[in-house]
Amino acid sequence: MTLGLINANPVVHAKKERIVRAEDNHAADAVDSLDVFDSVRDIRDPEHPYSLEQLSVLSEESITVDKKLGRIQITFTPTVQHCSMATVIGLCLRVKLLQSFPLHFKVDINVSPGSHADEESVNKQLNDKERVAAALENPSLRQLVDECLCSSEL
Amino acid sequence: MSEIDLVDGNLALKEIQKLDGHTDRVWSLAWNPAAGAGGLPPTLASCSGDKTARIWQQGPSGSWNCTAVLEDAHNRTVRSCAWSPCGKLLATGSFDATTAIWQQIGGDFECVATLEGHENEVKGVAWNSSGSFLATCSRDKSVWIWEMQPGNEFDCASVLHGHTQDVKMVQWHPHLDVLVSVSYDNSIRIWIEDGDLNGWSCVQTLGETSSGHSSTVWALSFSSGGDRMVTCSDDLTMKIWDTTNNPSEDGSWDGIIATGAADDSICLFHETKDSLVGGLSYSLILKKDKAHDMDVNSVQWNPNEPKILASASDDGSIKLWRLTQVP
Repeated sequence: MTLGLINANPVVHAKKERIVRAEDNHAADAVDSLDVFDSVRDIRDPEHPYSLEQLSVLSEESITVDKKLGRIQITFTPTVQHCSMATVIGLCLRVKLLQSFPLHFKVDINVSPGSHADEESVNKQLNDKERVAAALENPSLRQLVDECLCSSEL
Repeated sequence: MSEIDLVDGNLALKEIQKLDGHTDRVWSLAWNPAAGAGGLPPTLASCSGDKTARIWQQGPSGSWNCTAVLEDAHNRTVRSCAWSPCGKLLATGSFDATTAIWQQIGGDFECVATLEGHENEVKGVAWNSSGSFLATCSRDKSVWIWEMQPGNEFDCASVLHGHTQDVKMVQWHPHLDVLVSVSYDNSIRIWIEDGDLNGWSCVQTLGETSSGHSSTVWALSFSSGGDRMVTCSDDLTMKIWDTTNNPSEDGSWDGIIATGAADDSICLFHETKDSLVGGLSYSLILKKDKAHDMDVNSVQWNPNEPKILASASDDGSIKLWRLTQVP
C-alpha cells in the first residue's frame, strides 16, 4: 500500500506583494484584516512545503474584522474537496491567532462555502471550543500544528 | 433577608469578589451542597485547563480563599466537577479519559479512586440525589453509570449507547433516578433503569423534530423541584422543558435561570405571566455585559444562599455575585 499525499500536485501561486505599514498610523489595538492576514499568510500547509497564501488557501479578502464587536472571521479554501487536513489547517489558524492577537477577540473559522465535501462537519468541529482545546492537548496533533506555524516565523 | 421583587425590576448583579489562581481557563464550578450546616463554610469547587481542581471557601471575615489545589491526578484538562450529595466526595472528569474521586482526609484532599473506561475525553460528571450513582459522559459518545460500593469502590453498572456524537453533559433529576444527557449530535436523551430488564435504557430522545435544538446542546439544568429543565445550545437558544407527569398544571415557580455565554455576559431569565398571550413565557430580567473578559463557561447558584451566583471564565477567573435590588 502506497501512502500518497491527499493532493500530490497543488497549484502554487505567487505571493502577494507585501506592504510595509507606517507604524504611527496604526494603533496597537486597531486590528484589521491585513494584520490578521499578515499573521497567517506564511503558515505552512501540513502536506506541502508551501504557505497557505501560495496555495490560495486564504487571502486578505477571506478575512473580516469587526473591531467594534471584537470579532475575526476567516474563511479558507482547502486545495481539494476531500482534504482531510482541513481541520488541521483550521487548528493552525486558531493557534496562530491566539498567539498574535488579544485574547478577547472572538474568532470564527470556516471553510469557504462549497469548498469541502464535509463542510458542515468541518465547520462544526473548528468552532467547538471544547473540541479544539482537546485536540490541541493531543501531542502528535500539537506537534504537527507547531511545525506548520514554526515555518511562518522569519 | 428581604425578598427580591422580580416584577418591578431595578435588579443588579453586584460583584462580591474575583477569585484568581487557576493558570488556564476555568471550565466548571460546583457548590458543596452540605455547606452551611454543621460548621462547613460556603465551599466552591472549580476545575480548569491547568489540569487541577481548586477548592475555595469563605472565611469568617467574609472573604474567599483557595483552601486546596487538587493536582497530580489528571494529566490533561479537568473539564467538570461535582460534589456527592453528602458533600464528602468530589468527582472530577478529565480530558485524560478518567474520572477521579477526591475525599478530604485530614486537611488535604486525596484522590481515593480513579474510574477508567471511557475511550477519550470525559466531559461531564454527575451524582444522583442519593449519592448511589455517578454518571459520566464522553466524546466517545457513551454515558457510563457507576455504582458506589463501600470503601470508595466504584463498579460500572451500565454503559449507555445512543448518542451519535460527543456527549457534553449529564445531569440527574433532583429526586428521581432519571438521567438526562445532552450532545454534539444536537439531541437530549432521557435514561431510566428498567426494573424488569435490569438495565438502563433511553426512554426519550428530544431532537430537532421534537422541538429540540438545531445545534450542539451544551448544558442542562433542572429546577429545584424537578418539574422543569432548561437546556442551552450552540443554536443560540435556551429551551425550557416541562418534566412533570402532569403537563400544563398551573404551577407557580420562582426559580431564576442564570446563563453564561461566549459574549462574556451573564443573563438572568424568569418566568413572566403574560395575561395577553396566555401560557408560559420567560423574559430576560438582567444582562451583565462584560461579566468577564472572555467567555463565561459556567454559572452556578449557591443552593444554600439563593441570591449568590458563581461564574467561571476562559479568562481564568471565578467571580462571586450577589443579586440585589437597586432602589
